[in-house]
Amino acid sequence: MTELATTAQAKELHRQFCEDVMSMPGGEKIKICQQCGTCTGSCPTSYLMDWGPREIIAAFRAGMIDRVVKSNTIWLCTSCYSCTVRCPAGIKITDLMYELKRMAIKYDLAPKDGKSPAMTKYFVDSVHKHGRNHEVELMAKFMLMKDWGLPFKFMGTGLKLFTAGRLPLFAKNIRGREELDKISAYLEAQEAKTQ
Amino acid sequence: MSGEEETKMAEDKIAVYFCHCGSNIAGKVDVDKVVAWAAEQPNVAVAREYKYMCSDPGQDLIKEDIQKLGVNRVVVAACSPTMHEPTFRKAASDAGLNPYLLQMANVREHCSWVTEDRDEATEKAKRILNAQIHRLPFNEALDPIEVPVNPAVMVVGGGIAGIEAALKLSATGKKVYLVEKKPSIGGHMAMFDKTFPTLDCAACILTPKMSAAGKDPNIEMLAYSEVEEVEGYVGNFKVKVRKKARFVNTDTCTGCAACVEACVVRKVPSEFDQGLGKRSAIYIPFPQAVPLRATIDATNCLTLKGKKCKQPCTTACGPGAIDFEQQDEVIDLEVGAIIMATGFELWEPDQDPRYGYGKLDNVITSLEFERISNSSGPTGGHIVCKNGEAPKSVAILHCIGSRDQNHQEFCSRVCCMYSLKFSHLIKEHLPDTEVYELYIDMRCYGKGYEEFYRRLMDEGVHMVRGRAAEVTDLAMSPEEEGRLVVKTEDTLLGIVRRIPADMVILSSGLSPAKDAKQVSQTFGFGCSGNGFFLERHPKLEPVSTVTDGIFIAGCCQYPKDIPDTVAQAGAAAACALALVDNPTVKVEPTVSYIDPEKCCGCHICVSVCPHTAIQFNEEKKVAEVITAACKGCGVCVAACGSNVPQQQGYLDNQIFAEIEGAMAL
Amino acid sequence: MRYLYYPGCSSEATGKAYDISTRAMMEKLGVELVELDDWNCCGATSYFNVRELDSFAIAARNLAIAQQQGDEDLCVICNACYTTLAKTNRYIEESPEVHEAVNGALGAVDRSYDGKKAVRHIMDVLVNDIGIEALSEKVTRRLTGIKVAPYYGCQYSRPMGAFDDPEFPTTMDTFFTALGAEVITDYPGKSKCCGGMMMLTKEEGALRLCHELLEGAHKAGADVIVCACPLCEMNLEGYQPRVNKTFGTAYDIPVMYFTQLAGLAFGASPKALALDKQVVPCDRVVAAIPA
Repeated sequence: MTELATTAQAKELHRQFCEDVMSMPGGEKIKICQQCGTCTGSCPTSYLMDWGPREIIAAFRAGMIDRVVKSNTIWLCTSCYSCTVRCPAGIKITDLMYELKRMAIKYDLAPKDGKSPAMTKYFVDSVHKHGRNHEVELMAKFMLMKDWGLPFKFMGTGLKLFTAGRLPLFAKNIRGREELDKISAYLEAQEAKTQ
Repeated sequence: MSGEEETKMAEDKIAVYFCHCGSNIAGKVDVDKVVAWAAEQPNVAVAREYKYMCSDPGQDLIKEDIQKLGVNRVVVAACSPTMHEPTFRKAASDAGLNPYLLQMANVREHCSWVTEDRDEATEKAKRILNAQIHRLPFNEALDPIEVPVNPAVMVVGGGIAGIEAALKLSATGKKVYLVEKKPSIGGHMAMFDKTFPTLDCAACILTPKMSAAGKDPNIEMLAYSEVEEVEGYVGNFKVKVRKKARFVNTDTCTGCAACVEACVVRKVPSEFDQGLGKRSAIYIPFPQAVPLRATIDATNCLTLKGKKCKQPCTTACGPGAIDFEQQDEVIDLEVGAIIMATGFELWEPDQDPRYGYGKLDNVITSLEFERISNSSGPTGGHIVCKNGEAPKSVAILHCIGSRDQNHQEFCSRVCCMYSLKFSHLIKEHLPDTEVYELYIDMRCYGKGYEEFYRRLMDEGVHMVRGRAAEVTDLAMSPEEEGRLVVKTEDTLLGIVRRIPADMVILSSGLSPAKDAKQVSQTFGFGCSGNGFFLERHPKLEPVSTVTDGIFIAGCCQYPKDIPDTVAQAGAAAACALALVDNPTVKVEPTVSYIDPEKCCGCHICVSVCPHTAIQFNEEKKVAEVITAACKGCGVCVAACGSNVPQQQGYLDNQIFAEIEGAMAL
Repeated sequence: MRYLYYPGCSSEATGKAYDISTRAMMEKLGVELVELDDWNCCGATSYFNVRELDSFAIAARNLAIAQQQGDEDLCVICNACYTTLAKTNRYIEESPEVHEAVNGALGAVDRSYDGKKAVRHIMDVLVNDIGIEALSEKVTRRLTGIKVAPYYGCQYSRPMGAFDDPEFPTTMDTFFTALGAEVITDYPGKSKCCGGMMMLTKEEGALRLCHELLEGAHKAGADVIVCACPLCEMNLEGYQPRVNKTFGTAYDIPVMYFTQLAGLAFGASPKALALDKQVVPCDRVVAAIPA
């Protein structure tokens, strides 16, 4: 995690974050958030969060980026879209959460020991490797790297799923799997150009 | 420039006035440069600039030049004519110059306010001004048209706004027609229990006014009636009103309600009680109804549905007032002014399923609560749940349907206050019941409102700042079993709370009536973006509409509380009075004129006129403009294939001169 | 009737039964499903966490393939795949910048997409294209007396609400009513979140959500819960024993893909509908359907 040590550094980061958020379609709407709390109230996982989505928006507006990225909030979002559908100001809160996740990864601010960022990474790796997400490979990698206890919790169910043929061990590769890497490479090059 | 133009211009002495408008114009346009340029234009006798032309000294400049220099044409380069054309035209008129020989050049809304670059703005200002300098020689003196004014006024809507307006007008001796579509006047206020912040009983303060209106010799009460058609223009409206059949002779009915008792159809959901109570097919909506007459509801009456009925109502009626043969009666009325006071409708919360309205028991709207709390309501004034038991916990949810991009964007203004009022009523009836107010902002802006809020806090009402996310009946803990649960974030504490409640009151917002758009079109004025009736100017003309002679008051214009409604009703009455208290009214002469020698009788203009101001003369086989009804919109001028209609003040040669002037630089 | 068909990654693993039963059901209905050639993962929720444009681009690869493969609409069975693909379409439509970037990326692999391939959720196809009347006629075993709790989950009608209400969807209710079932049209949690991927990353959160969902269905007396998403189905069915263990409950509610239950109504055999692959046994329900 990058240490947000100096005020100048924090300010610069805030500026970058603001630019990123305001450039996403509908991003500028966070300016009209009335802090009503509908999002946090509707969120199925807000009770687990350090700060609910409403507070994340308030912190963001106040320039407190460290609170935004150090909290577990954005990683607990399940993208259920309840907040987005109910927000009276029409803020696309779920998309904002995605954007904050992306920025946390981009600026290397995601918690290193976090399970959710890791899961994301393994998912993307799996998709690029095979063209499709190989569930068993994903879960196996995740268990190995992040949660040794998982196989034990999962044992009963896992066995039943395996015998039912719902956990194939080998992945199918699609023909065009290299296309995905090319697509990513192209977009990365484009992004580098604009910076 | 044509020869004709040259000749015309040589005769005229044009005065040019360029207004700074503080920095609104001068901040962008180089005034000195334009004025210096203007002074050199042909036929410009004098060119001046001034900081605020609309002020007295500014207007005096115009008057002096007219009187002392013999100026006979004036152009004021300033704001939009919709702002100050009347001001300057009056100044000209006071100085003895026909007002239609004065033009405004809009260098503010059309120039300084919309142009970024200073040089570009200055150039544009010159062009706009030049257009008028070229036009003025072609202006003709016009005299306003005077039309007679009918002194009667119609008030549409018999709620507190309509009643108040009617009483105020009657007090000046004017005849008022009070038209109300329900069987009784009183509107929504008659349904309320107590009113905020004084906790006056609504009926106690309303019924004297209702009674006065009912007895007033100047007020002709047309209850259970609706306006079908409106024609005409300011001072001369012709209104078709349908008096719906009550199937009861209102002259002989005494309102004794014996028929109501006798009726065999007893389970019709009562509209007045918000569907919580029942009424009979023949009914009086509430005991204090004015007029106090019975009405038969044709959709529920057995006889009127063609079914068998012993008609115990007829038997019970002493005066024999029941009349199943009664028909609707359509009458034609003539009035000089109309006041719209048609009120609001409550936003229906079943449009937002997460509150459980219509699905979960004991989730009720504000109006439903008013009826429950009201001692003449369906529960006799006992605050009880559906099962007849008193609630131990009540949650009042603010902003239902309001301040929400998904529903109504605007704030409904009265809900915070009526919600607090509910808290008080509950605490008064049930001191041990917990009451929760779930709000985003507590809007207590009026006289005595903040103090009322403090009082409620003192009474121990729990103020939870958070907009309720949802209402559910799924219990996740023993205390929640059998109760409703309101899930909300308490934003001041920063935690999500599950508040158990036995009753949930939805403080639903006020909506424009569903037929508001249609009604506005019948009468010939407009609605604003949020659906309410549109006032002429949001600050300075809150009770007028763009249509002369039609005024609006009360919640049909925008949600408001009773004090503001009454005030606005008085204002509308005053405006209406200002109109009808004069025998005539002056109408702008910039009307269309159709030369009968040139008209070929094709009817195109008759069909396109949006104000139905052109009629076809069957004898002469030509179209004729009803001068007083013509609003000078110019559509007929554009539509006619033979270029026959000429709009005074906007003649072809005048407009072409403007165009030439604008393009000449 | 013919549709291009996007099965989604889970259809090869945990969600196998959904794919199998969909094909079996559609066969009974006489609808041809043409699997999208060489389709790739749509990205679902996880990919959006990494790069936005990449997610749109890889989703659009499928849409580009679909456009080349045929004129028919693309029928999607998984809620998350549906929302991802439909959202991609929406963003491409609303933002020329996104469209340009996506097409540029697709151009790097000799593909292009004009944003006009219609993405349809399978329930939308069933209820709106095939229609309730036609569906009723094809029923050979009416689901009389079976109390069905349709579980919509989050990404069925949120955020776009293209074919059903985001807050209170009812299309699956209508569908099963047409099949003769006794549908529980209103139980708390019919469209609430099951926790999704969180079952792996923060189990306690997802378990609690599933507990609430199962409690709601249980209180309403559901005989079976039907789902339209492999992740939802896995959480409610696969993890039902863990919910019981964690909260001390004793839920024993069969959970299946809606296509499995519907397939039975249209006359397919339990085996053909992959009903032998369940974790929570559903023989009770199958047996209860009148012959």
